[in-house]
Amino acid sequence: MVRIKKIYSVINSVKVMPYIFILPFVITFLLFFLYPMISAVIMSFQKIAGFEDVTFVGLKNYRNLLNPHYYSALRVSFLYTFLTIAILIPSPLVLAVLLNNKLLRGRNIFRSSLFMPALTSVIVGGMFFRFAFGTQPTALFNQIIGFFGLGPITWLQGKWTGMLAMVVLCVWRWTGVNIVYFLAGLQGIPKELYESADIDGANNLQKFFNITIPSLKPVIIFVTTISVFGGFSMFAESFAYWTSRSPGDIGLTLVSYIYQTGFNYNNFGFASAIGVTLLIIIMTVNVLQLNIFGFFKKD
Amino acid sequence: MRNKTKQSKSGLYSSFIILTFVCIIFLAPFFFMLITSFKPGQEMLSKGLTLKMNFDAMTLNNYRIIFFEDNRYLTWYKNSLIITALYTVSSIFFSSLVGYGLAVYNFKWKNALFFLVLLVMMVPLEILLLPLYRLMITLNLMDTYLGVVLPFAVSPFAIFFFRQYIIGLPKDLIEAARVDGCCEFMIYFKIIVPLMKPAFGAMIILQALTSWNAFVWPLVVLRSSGKLTLPIGLMSLLTPYGNSYDMIMPGAVMSVIPIAIIFLLNQRAFIEGLTAGGIKQ
Repeated sequence: MVRIKKIYSVINSVKVMPYIFILPFVITFLLFFLYPMISAVIMSFQKIAGFEDVTFVGLKNYRNLLNPHYYSALRVSFLYTFLTIAILIPSPLVLAVLLNNKLLRGRNIFRSSLFMPALTSVIVGGMFFRFAFGTQPTALFNQIIGFFGLGPITWLQGKWTGMLAMVVLCVWRWTGVNIVYFLAGLQGIPKELYESADIDGANNLQKFFNITIPSLKPVIIFVTTISVFGGFSMFAESFAYWTSRSPGDIGLTLVSYIYQTGFNYNNFGFASAIGVTLLIIIMTVNVLQLNIFGFFKKD
Repeated sequence: MRNKTKQSKSGLYSSFIILTFVCIIFLAPFFFMLITSFKPGQEMLSKGLTLKMNFDAMTLNNYRIIFFEDNRYLTWYKNSLIITALYTVSSIFFSSLVGYGLAVYNFKWKNALFFLVLLVMMVPLEILLLPLYRLMITLNLMDTYLGVVLPFAVSPFAIFFFRQYIIGLPKDLIEAARVDGCCEFMIYFKIIVPLMKPAFGAMIILQALTSWNAFVWPLVVLRSSGKLTLPIGLMSLLTPYGNSYDMIMPGAVMSVIPIAIIFLLNQRAFIEGLTAGGIKQ
């Protein structure tokens, strides 16, 4: 009895308890993060023909990256990331500024309506756009361009129109989320800044560029970071349109390429090499981006 | 001054018009999906998703197929519900424990551990896809609910969120309970948990949404048609066999409805869950 009490008091001490609380994270971290991470790096130097049939091949997988598919995947991933950022920062920012007016009627309804697409899965959204971008002249987007006298387009077959389709799906789903982030940022800007600008006779445009944008810098950095992240790890959008193979690699992103080589061709070593380069790219772009924003500067 | 109010009034009108226009565009896909869900699947296949509406030709047949004919849709729905419940409960339970541990105690590896939490958040899961897949084979978890949930049962994002929230709570309650001889677990469950209700609300909604819509990992783990979740199941309907095309749009519509209802009832919790993690640091 005394012994049980002693064990209890050791476990219950503030020295031991924290380790019990954090245990779930430590276990999953080791098993489902660190271990796979290390084995991904190791696998990228291997040729894996079966579970037991593994040979080290040095840098061969990395040399194999120099092929047209990998270049397409790089191009698609970079372009997609660039375009989604170019659209998903300015337009939600402007919409958030318009929404951030207490006198505006129905602002809650507007905000909720713009957020609704974020509730759908990429697949559900993709199902709509897949058929709306149909090749038939009667499909939605062909009807719309037909209204302006333009001929039916085979949207999901062309390089640029395929990219457009992926970007549209992403913009539709994410605009509302970014609006929520920007609105939260806008509410943190002190009113006095605008009041004193009013006294100085600044117009709305001047206020927007000289007060709103500089004050929102942390939010812009945050949104850019998650967009870089989401952009380079994009896969589901492409899968929703073309499953794992697209005509002329127009929908082949780095992650689709990993999926294709890994699960369709069972080439795990090569797929892991793609994954390692993807990790390096994401980390580099994020560090560069934070540098450009002066995140590491001490001021 | 008069000029000023006039100007802001016209600004207000133009904001209203712009926003109305943008909202119509953003809501249009929902409207078209709903309309298309009442049209025969063959029509969508041959004509694409079209603006033309022939209200006479609309039928409830697609929904009848889903509910009364032999198909997997309702099984996928059930699978999605089970996986979402499992994931949400485990990630909230475990992540809040870890968040509490990181927030209230001082111990040797605390900062290093917090750094690791951030690190996991910053590495996309897609890179770990293949090694995790092999791990699932080794652990015999392929094609199981547990295989979908277990690798992500502790969510770094939720840990981060709970840690920030608990740091903001008053500490003297904990001290007082310790003086009373309350054991550490009891302090957490009896004192902290009731104070965390808003945080739980926000995270439950966000995690459930993430899991309900999750695609990449379930696609890898789930193999047999009876085990699929809704997004994967919907993708598998893109075959010309049987009446699968009839089920696509009603299937998509029905998968959005429960989330839309939950969202409309709990908008504040949704938005808190999204913003608190990201910006207020």
